[in-house]
Amino acid sequence: MRGGRRSVGRWAIDRVLLALLVVAGVTVLTFVLIHIAPGDPVYLLAGDGGSPAYYAEMRGRYGLDRPLPEQLGRYLAAIARFDLGYSFLFQAPVGRVLLEHAPASLLLGVSALLLGTLCGLSAGMASAVTHSRRIDALVRGTASALYAAPVFWTGQVLVLGLAVWAGIFPSGGMTTARESVTGFAWGVDVLWHLVLPTVTLAFPLAAVVARVTRASMMDVMLEPFVLASSARGVGWLRLVLRHALPNALVPVMTLIGQYAGQIAAGAALVEALFGWPGLGYLVLHASLHRDYPLVTAAFIGISASVVFFNALTDFVCAWLDPRIRLA
Amino acid sequence: MMLAGWWGSWGRRPGVLILGTLVALAAAQPALAPEDPFGITGNALEHPSIQYPFGTDDLGRDVFAGVVHGASTSLRVGATGALCAVLIGVLVGGVAGMRGGWIDQVLMRGTEFVQAMPRFFLVITVVSLFGASLWLIVLVIGLTAWPGTARVFRSLVLTTTERDFVLAARAAGCGDFGILARHVLPLALPVAAAHASYQAGGAILAEAGLSFLGLGDPSVMSWGTQLGFAHHMVREAWWMSVFPGVAVTLTVLGCNLVADSLAGRGAQA
Repeated sequence: MRGGRRSVGRWAIDRVLLALLVVAGVTVLTFVLIHIAPGDPVYLLAGDGGSPAYYAEMRGRYGLDRPLPEQLGRYLAAIARFDLGYSFLFQAPVGRVLLEHAPASLLLGVSALLLGTLCGLSAGMASAVTHSRRIDALVRGTASALYAAPVFWTGQVLVLGLAVWAGIFPSGGMTTARESVTGFAWGVDVLWHLVLPTVTLAFPLAAVVARVTRASMMDVMLEPFVLASSARGVGWLRLVLRHALPNALVPVMTLIGQYAGQIAAGAALVEALFGWPGLGYLVLHASLHRDYPLVTAAFIGISASVVFFNALTDFVCAWLDPRIRLA
Repeated sequence: MMLAGWWGSWGRRPGVLILGTLVALAAAQPALAPEDPFGITGNALEHPSIQYPFGTDDLGRDVFAGVVHGASTSLRVGATGALCAVLIGVLVGGVAGMRGGWIDQVLMRGTEFVQAMPRFFLVITVVSLFGASLWLIVLVIGLTAWPGTARVFRSLVLTTTERDFVLAARAAGCGDFGILARHVLPLALPVAAAHASYQAGGAILAEAGLSFLGLGDPSVMSWGTQLGFAHHMVREAWWMSVFPGVAVTLTVLGCNLVADSLAGRGAQA
């Protein structure tokens, strides 16, 4: 592998440049949107209902009396310093508000990603390798339906069935409103509340993963090396899990990577539905209260995370399959 | 024609049936539900009955009328969103594949850039800054949905232009545009149709999500809006949630099924 290390280095630089470009591009885009939106940008940046002195101060702070290119320069410089502005809804710096809401989002996102991947992979493999028409039809039908159903409706159906009628799970929130529950009991309580949002968010992911795994597995199972291994007397389970699966994983990983970056967006709907106090819920709240610094900062942050996950996916795929070159 | 063969294939049937029903429902709206879907027509929270097949909501609005009006909204959203996305995607992918070189580089980097943008949050940002109008929402959805189509089209152009009949056409003096229009596009038609159908489903889902959150066009009845109303009434009125939800799911399923069967044709071609 001569020159392999150098190409990885180049690839990494390329990715970092793309990430910076995307973040800068999205920042410029939000800047342009704020300035072509109807109304004085100072109200968009500082909120309604302030005193004239406050607006004068904010005008000076954002340089709104300066020419546009200079304003854009200041805006970009502020974002580069991670100065994302001040949320008037929460009366706190935007960066801090985002960080406070990140753990809940992360918990929900990671659990949904794990559950969706696990279910999708098993269903897709079962569909591809068992040669059972019934299992195949069941998996394909379920996957098509779950992929088409909007999460904010499947969530409602789950609440209707498992919370309202059966009364097994809570219908929303992250904790039960009880005093002085701490430690282990608190953890169990949070997990109990986590179940329905996680299942809801995992549904469409499981559906696509199952579809792609099925197609990819079917292709790989027909390849000569699988036949050769089979002829050599490799056991069926080992053949599927050790020989075929790693080769079938690349398109699945690409998909999961794309999904991981976008999960914050899908989570906004699920978080709103279940009152889960994460980033998506936060952005929605901020947008309904016209808290633009918070909305635009979240937009920029989520774009950055999408680029990050895409790069991570490329890297994992190249590691899984050495034939893929990082480019 | 390639599409004539598709018409006879089996896999399209459920999808075409669903989409046909949707079109029929939207077309029959003046007869089925002539009144304002936001208007109060009966008592609040009536169970489904002969008079109100899907019941009434917490303000006494007819859920069936809402679903019928939602069908025409979804149709408009799906068609416009898909048209935007596929036109841009075909153009960008086609030019990138035909011209190659730095044009290809720039276009593909631009595609990557748009793909990295979180669409849903962009729409939320635009709507909160400019106010919610259905056309603005559909436009933003369509203008951000094209990268997938562009990528597929680029690779399609690249593989097609290497085939012998294209080489022959080139030798006969056919230019880039002629090759794209006469040789590549006819082959790519099923793929473009599949993408349009798939993009329509995506646009309908995105608009419904936005309306569910209360960020949709307040003057237009959409299935998402209905599900947003239903969200607070799940305990009291299951029918408010079930009927619009089934409508969205079936419609998107129909779009995806049609897309799958068309893509299958494209693969055979």
